[in-house]
Amino acid sequence: MLRIENLTAEIDGKEILKGITLEVPDGEVHAIMGPNGAGKSTLSYALAGREGYEITGGSVTLNGQDLLEMEPEERAAAGLFLAFQYPVELPGVGNANFLRTALNAIRRTRGDAELDAMQFLKVARARMKELSMPEDMLKRGVNVGFSGGEKKRNEVLQMALLQPKVAIMDETDSGLDIDALRIVADGVNALRGPGFSALVITHYQRLLNHIVPDRVHVLADGRIVTSGGPELAHRLEAEGYAGVLDEAA
Amino acid sequence: MNIDPSQGNAAAFLHRYDGLAERLPGATIPAVRALRDAAAGTLRAGGLPSRRVEAWRYTDLAPMLRAEFREALTAVDGAVAMPVPRADRRAVFVDGRFRADLSSLDGLVAASLAEVIETVAGRLNTVASASQPMVTLNTLLFEDGLVLEVPEGVDAGRLELLSVASGETASTVHPRHLVRLGRGARLVLLETALSTAGARHLHNPVFEIEVAPEAKLTHVRVQRESASAYHLAHLGVRVEEGGTYDGFVLNAGGRISRSETHLALLGPRAAAHLNGAQLVAEGQLADMTTALDHAAPNCASRQTVKTVLAGRSRGVFQGKILVRREAQKTDGYQMNQALLLSEEAEIDSKPQLEIYADDVKCSHGATAGALDADSLFYLRARGIPADTARSMLVRAFLQEAVEVVEDEPARDALEEAVSAWWDQHGGVA
Repeated sequence: MLRIENLTAEIDGKEILKGITLEVPDGEVHAIMGPNGAGKSTLSYALAGREGYEITGGSVTLNGQDLLEMEPEERAAAGLFLAFQYPVELPGVGNANFLRTALNAIRRTRGDAELDAMQFLKVARARMKELSMPEDMLKRGVNVGFSGGEKKRNEVLQMALLQPKVAIMDETDSGLDIDALRIVADGVNALRGPGFSALVITHYQRLLNHIVPDRVHVLADGRIVTSGGPELAHRLEAEGYAGVLDEAA
Repeated sequence: MNIDPSQGNAAAFLHRYDGLAERLPGATIPAVRALRDAAAGTLRAGGLPSRRVEAWRYTDLAPMLRAEFREALTAVDGAVAMPVPRADRRAVFVDGRFRADLSSLDGLVAASLAEVIETVAGRLNTVASASQPMVTLNTLLFEDGLVLEVPEGVDAGRLELLSVASGETASTVHPRHLVRLGRGARLVLLETALSTAGARHLHNPVFEIEVAPEAKLTHVRVQRESASAYHLAHLGVRVEEGGTYDGFVLNAGGRISRSETHLALLGPRAAAHLNGAQLVAEGQLADMTTALDHAAPNCASRQTVKTVLAGRSRGVFQGKILVRREAQKTDGYQMNQALLLSEEAEIDSKPQLEIYADDVKCSHGATAGALDADSLFYLRARGIPADTARSMLVRAFLQEAVEVVEDEPARDALEEAVSAWWDQHGGVA
């Protein structure tokens, strides 16, 4: 379970998160929706431990472990996964090498045996098939020359391989056509169940037709202003943020 | 040593020449003697370049000029540790002298320069220019080298050229290599320069390379000499119509190392690749200098040079491309990138395009910077420890530089050198 309490954070001295309190219980998927500039991406980077995002107060725990004390790689090992809105291209780093290095780094910290190249390929190929990813994506540089949809699928592939306890999907739907959206959603839905929870960050309700959330939170100006069931997402779609925000104010 | 300081900063080399003149190869051949005496005159008058000379502005030879070297004219015949072979044939030079006992030149038209000097005397300094300081120095003192001829239409396969400095003696060696490919001939020349750790020798090789029409030379140089050695190489290359010079230089050793290539594309459809990588660590300076002369239409040149710098180190890239008025439809590309792993590393980069033709496609770019923070975070967010992530990104940077080499054994040799360098210096970057 992911527990965020009164989290405040700033970038370059400007306060972006102004006290976020949120709990994602084990096995649940929550959505965070909000207008541009609400602090959605800041929240995801702050949780993952990116440099330059200064936490000024509050706490974040994953199954009781203090995430804010950890380096980014330690957070990943503890079971946190951030699906990037803009996955980075890494020319010269082979995708297979990258995925295996990441998987083995995490397996090591969990006390599991590392996978050799053959064992890894077997696992990776099976997951790729589920995500309709062509096998040559393993041979290419990480995200190099990938289309927007391929990059997002590569994020979901990493998630499927690393098997996190909590996944943060940062606008994973942006730039996806409907088929890619469905594939990505299926990838998240396949992991749903005990031991996995997710925070789906999105601007639009569209993705939530495919990944139906247990709870929806509305983030505006660095705070959660209102929360509700899946129907809240539909209301936002119908009435826009303005109406819902006015009511909450 | 009895050195006359009035002879300028090259006095030690001139002194050596005075002592050796009668014993150097070609001493009795007037043409050779004339070249050497002219070189002595040039050095006596102007010396070796200081930083006031524009082409040497970033590379200060002062530490080399202060060093004391010993003679290496006596042939060494002891056992020498040889690296793993990467070709069936190899030409081995130990302390500058050809070692027939360690070499295998089966089926090749090749010989030691010292042995055949009468037959090639007229070719000396015809491709490399005697006005270039490192050619001048080499002309003064060259003692041996490889003379290699690939006849018309012959694919000679792959040849290793190994230069080994055998001990810790501060020797100076000045090999002169003459390589000529006949029409339509092909050759992969994989050159490795090695020395024992701590060796403080000077290696001053000069290549004169001629690529006839439709011929192709792949020339990969792997310079892995000791971090206290001096490596000052000069390559003169002429490529004729439809010919290709596919060159790659790795500078991974030497307190001061400079690889300077002057290449002319002399006939239509000739092509040149002047790629390279430099790995520079604490206390080292590596310099890649190239001058590319597009002298004919429809020629193409490609150049990607990457430099990784760790600790207090310096890197230099000087890349001049001249496109003459007659060189219409020239297709030129130049890119140099530097990755600085420490606050105290410095790169000096000087691209220089001089274009006189009006219908050409020439692009160039230069970047210098630290490891990309976004890339590093992406890897760490996937559970990869910071050290491993940094290593992956540096290797990726170098992998990109090396993967342009098509010949597999040559690429293996480069990758091994890159790995060895990173294993040694990655932790202290």
